[in-house]
Amino acid sequence: MPERSKADLLLALADDELLLGWRNSEWTGIAPFLEEDVAFSSIAQNEIGHARALYELVARELGTDADALAFDRSLDEYRSAPLVELRRLEWARTIARHWLYETADAIRLEALKASDDSEIAGIAAKIDREEVYHRIHAEMWVDRLLASEEARPRLDEALEELWPYALGVLDDDLRPELVRRVEAKLGREMPHVEPVPRGHHEAELAELLDEMTMVRRSAPAGARW
Amino acid sequence: MSGAGYTLELSPEDVWRALAEIPDPEIPVISLVDLGVVKDVRIEDDRVHVDFTPTFMGCPALETMRAQMEEAIRGLGAEPDVEVVLDDSWSTDRISAEGREKLRAAGFAPPAPRSAGTPTLIQLERGPFRCPWCGSTDTRLDNVFGPTPCRSLRYCNACRQPFEQFKTI
Repeated sequence: MPERSKADLLLALADDELLLGWRNSEWTGIAPFLEEDVAFSSIAQNEIGHARALYELVARELGTDADALAFDRSLDEYRSAPLVELRRLEWARTIARHWLYETADAIRLEALKASDDSEIAGIAAKIDREEVYHRIHAEMWVDRLLASEEARPRLDEALEELWPYALGVLDDDLRPELVRRVEAKLGREMPHVEPVPRGHHEAELAELLDEMTMVRRSAPAGARW
Repeated sequence: MSGAGYTLELSPEDVWRALAEIPDPEIPVISLVDLGVVKDVRIEDDRVHVDFTPTFMGCPALETMRAQMEEAIRGLGAEPDVEVVLDDSWSTDRISAEGREKLRAAGFAPPAPRSAGTPTLIQLERGPFRCPWCGSTDTRLDNVFGPTPCRSLRYCNACRQPFEQFKTI
């Protein structure tokens, strides 16, 4: 793994969780059925909670505050993986992204839990306790779609499309494990493609940031809620 | 050097007792102490330090809990210093036996012990989760997610009542 500062490492994770939380919340009120409305809203709440805790930790390192990190940076300063920047997708692609992200995130959290830095290891372990339920939900949906004649090709197509993005969530050293787990689940080989790396941003991110920071930008300085 | 020369006549037990009076903002039958989120209480001069571990990290009740603890400590005549500790020290196993009983009485099935291992879908679907209303274990999982991050939705086939199951984390 390339040497990275603690702040940089945690910011990448925080940005992923914040943006994916935001994207997941786009299903609130309009998911195909009520259970999924509740599920995606709850998952969104967890992810944004993880982001908040991570930003607080980074803010302590950098001498700023969590909201400033979440909302006041320019687009170029976000460390997010392009996978989480894509806007709300149709259901097969939503499930494909959800499962690919949670699978990659599990591998990343396992690595962070083994960190020498007790703060990083501690927060990763705490986050992982909640992520267990996201993985259960994602796996349940993948199994369900794989078992259906109509759904399987649609899921497969979505997985192919998002695969280079999923690879971009992880650093080079962790990628082979993602390939292994995804191929084991699907029972087939995934294409060898170049990852869409961090640092590249999808056009949709600008739109998302604009929406996400609207209230903060419109509030007079020092406003309290 | 403290000019006032006054010492606070307060013991950690007094603080624990005061915190045990604070209900969980979302499930008020159980107190913050029952919930196991108060990790440590220390008294230094006229300041009371509380280490506090959130349950779920996105829990919207977090700030309310902190404000209520600060208020309770001020009520004891001390200056509060509540620190949120973001480590892995809280799990649902920290909910006290009394807390679990209060949850059950209020219609929430308490969390399964963590010792049974990391939860899996098979365990959630097939495990013997007990209905808090009638006591039957003939219950099924309706949704892993529920009205707050800490709860799942289950249905009792015996008494035909839905109920909320505290997630094991």
